[in-house]
Amino acid sequence: MKYEDCMKSEAIRSILATDCGSTTTKAILIEKQGEEYRLVVRGEAPTTVEAPFEDVTKGVLNATKEVEELRGRQILDNDTIITPQKGDKGVDIYISTSSAGGGLQMVVSGIVKAMSAESAERAALGAGAIVMDVLASNDGRLPHEKIQRIRHLRPDMILLSGGTDSGNIKSVVEMSELLKAANPKPRLGINYKLPVIYAGNQKANEEIKKNLGEETDLSIVPNLRPVLERENLGPARNKIHDLFMEHVMAQAPGYKKLMAMADAPIMPTPGAVGEIMQVIARKENITVLGVDIGGATTDVFSVFKDPDKGEPVFNRTVSANLGMSYSISNVLASATLPNIMRWVPFEMDETDLRNRIGNKMIRPTTIPQSLEELKIEQAIAREALRLSFIQHREFAVGLKGVQKERTISDAFDQSSSGETLVNMMDLDILVGSGGVLSHAPRRHQSARMMIDAFLPEGITQIAVDSIFMMPQLGVLASVHEKAATEVFNKDCLLRLGTCVAPVGPINPKKEYMHIRFKLPDGKVVDKGYYLGDLELFPAPYEAIEAEIIPARGVDVGSGPGQTVKTNIYGGLVGIIIDARGRRPFVLPEQPAERVKKLQEWSVAVQEFEDR
Amino acid sequence: MAHAYTPGLKVIPKTLVQKTRRLPLKGEVTVKKGQHVKAEEVVATTDLPGNVVPVNLANMLNIEASEIMEILIKKEGDRIEKGDIIAETPGIFGLFKTKAHSPASGTLEAISGVTGQAIIREAPIPVSVQAYINGTVADIIPDEGIEVSAVSAFIQGIFGIGGERRGEVSVITPDTNTTVTEQMITPECKGKILVCGSFLTYEAYKRASALGAVGIVSGGFNYGDIKRIVGYDIGVAITGHEETPTTLIITEGFGEVHMAHQTFDLLKQHEGKTASINGATQIRAGVIRPEIIIPLENEKQVEEKKAELFGMEPGTEIRVIRAPYFGMLGEVSELPHELQRLESGSLARVAKVKLYDTGKEVLLPRANLEMIENK
Repeated sequence: MKYEDCMKSEAIRSILATDCGSTTTKAILIEKQGEEYRLVVRGEAPTTVEAPFEDVTKGVLNATKEVEELRGRQILDNDTIITPQKGDKGVDIYISTSSAGGGLQMVVSGIVKAMSAESAERAALGAGAIVMDVLASNDGRLPHEKIQRIRHLRPDMILLSGGTDSGNIKSVVEMSELLKAANPKPRLGINYKLPVIYAGNQKANEEIKKNLGEETDLSIVPNLRPVLERENLGPARNKIHDLFMEHVMAQAPGYKKLMAMADAPIMPTPGAVGEIMQVIARKENITVLGVDIGGATTDVFSVFKDPDKGEPVFNRTVSANLGMSYSISNVLASATLPNIMRWVPFEMDETDLRNRIGNKMIRPTTIPQSLEELKIEQAIAREALRLSFIQHREFAVGLKGVQKERTISDAFDQSSSGETLVNMMDLDILVGSGGVLSHAPRRHQSARMMIDAFLPEGITQIAVDSIFMMPQLGVLASVHEKAATEVFNKDCLLRLGTCVAPVGPINPKKEYMHIRFKLPDGKVVDKGYYLGDLELFPAPYEAIEAEIIPARGVDVGSGPGQTVKTNIYGGLVGIIIDARGRRPFVLPEQPAERVKKLQEWSVAVQEFEDR
Repeated sequence: MAHAYTPGLKVIPKTLVQKTRRLPLKGEVTVKKGQHVKAEEVVATTDLPGNVVPVNLANMLNIEASEIMEILIKKEGDRIEKGDIIAETPGIFGLFKTKAHSPASGTLEAISGVTGQAIIREAPIPVSVQAYINGTVADIIPDEGIEVSAVSAFIQGIFGIGGERRGEVSVITPDTNTTVTEQMITPECKGKILVCGSFLTYEAYKRASALGAVGIVSGGFNYGDIKRIVGYDIGVAITGHEETPTTLIITEGFGEVHMAHQTFDLLKQHEGKTASINGATQIRAGVIRPEIIIPLENEKQVEEKKAELFGMEPGTEIRVIRAPYFGMLGEVSELPHELQRLESGSLARVAKVKLYDTGKEVLLPRANLEMIENK
């Protein structure tokens, strides 16, 4: 069955979806049970893109074999996935995502760094790419330096943009001349032309063709910033996906076979995660912040409302060198040792910590065996998440360079265009995924890591992707939205609970916030909190009426000093009252005092209670 | 995972090593199939396109870009020298002319009437590839390079810095668990590849490098000292291009870790012979490990076994690759099928391992074990 038909089809009984990651290929089997779609089993196997196998489909078949064994029914006929399902054999749809072989690596270029170049970067990131460099006419580099840089990088693809459709063409043509002179080569293989997408001033199309038509595989799509006030990223993103399939994937070992096996185009993994986030935000009309922390990279996704237009805006950033295995040493380099040490709840030697981090980098598939090792790894994760989030906040901004209409009442408002859209006080749900969050031995640890790294404000739900299946659900959303959202809500998303965090300055001796609610077990909470307090109330995922009274000048969501009456939800962890302060959040400077505080907080949220 | 296995680092006394020697761009292969080549011999050459120097003539002459074509002195394709006049304005009655001089020598590759920009391409940059090991040209990749092969002893390290080097193997510690300090480095190390035991101090590395050692192989090294050598943090393990004259290969990991006996004994066995080494490491996407290749000159044949990727089984020799038993060697005694809970609280597939050092049997996650491949 081809995917065009799936959209209409209610007759789909089973779906097999795989995600070929850089180390592991994960397969999930979804089946229709009564009227709803549910995850049935999952399997995994090492990815087989590299030698000695050099055929990605072997890993896919191995993972599927595990699914087959666990489900106890036939899905494979030798090396073929049986589609559509015949009786009890096979599945109706097979789909896949991929980030194997380093994912999709791109260079983007624009004229003004804060305008067209930034829009181009957003288009590439939204499509699931890792952006190796952003070139712009005003990026401070001399022309020959840009040429050197382009020659040095070997991207999979280049996105060239610049100029509004009514503007002059000189700058964008100049950039194409530099590109032509650099004559960049694709990353995989030297026997094909590098794909270049032009999405700039459409008046320059002919000149661009003249400059790049011969040397590169040039595609021209509508301008991604036709006027300053509007982005049109769709056509460029779609073209990136097409070229990813046609060129990049076609060069990777076994992908031609994989493409033939799949019933829908193979999507870059982060592109697929972005899809599912957008579907959820749209369907439930909520703001979402998601993070996927991997071994090599950390992706942050957000859907927040544009305060000017009121429309939800999706943003994705990828921190290409922040991750928990391959890139773990880069977390150390970027965060610096003191920032990692501040989360380690015991005293330890700095050289030892550095060596442990180095060893994880060179042996990325190892896992923490001792509790001490786990605590160190989770300390590093907090910093990787925090740094990725800082990058995201700086990138997820309104369009820059836009003239805003101002009324008299706005005249004293100093805000300018290009402010971050990420307002933590407005955030409804924070979703985490990736090994260190999805596979933490206790969900309490995942909640703590996310709260410490993202510092949610006011009232925020916390959830994790149970077994990291968002990529597969993302690609499924593009072919069968109903199945994707049902599985997402019932099997993928694990609701951990709610974090309540007051924001604002406070005298440590005065009460920060008072909270009243009744837990489903009948216990009544009526309690005041002081700066530095952290407490957990175990509670299931049910609506609990709560009244939160912040101190004067302190905000929990309705403005400084305003009481909030709302429903809050528990979950696998419960309700976490975090009165440790925000803006700034400060940890004790003295090591002994800091360790004591960290241990207290650990006990307060039952992070390691089993042991 | 049904088919999980952890391939180990190779420590092979005799194998047919085959290396691909490829140009970055298409060019000319200068050797023939079957030919015997020396490590330093050039096997393929090419010219990389020269550097590009863009110059905006319209800006230099203060005219519109569209006017530039009419006042050119040089045309596209012309060879030009630094200082040559590329374009010149007519001036007023032939006076007050403004000239645009070339900032570089090369070829005038392109001139744009839209932007007023001229592109000057400097002379091509010759690039060549050497054979790297003494061996035989096993295959030719037309216009790109060769496959060179040689029966050799072959050892992989876990992490390295620095590129391809050649030198005589010199073992400077009596055993696998000795730390090498500055005092143990003598002027005799010049041109040699030094083999150490469990640990090498930063000061010892610096002294060896200053005295002209071409390479050092050590069981362990401090991760923080790598930054002191290269001058920056190695955030992601992609190395090999560092400008250090002394390639460093770490065989076990960071910290003080005994070099595996197999590795130490094999290097000791070939002491005095010439080895080719490369510190290049890439952990992600196309794993590259640092390597030590010692061609065995008189060995022509080796019975090649096809690489078989068996999983771990009782009797498999392993090395523990994570704390708390990091660096210890042992043998798998049992592979429990059920997932087991670790001290950290995680559920994982484990193996029961008898550690050689202590004789104790311990349960360890399989992900933290590395098979020792010596066949």
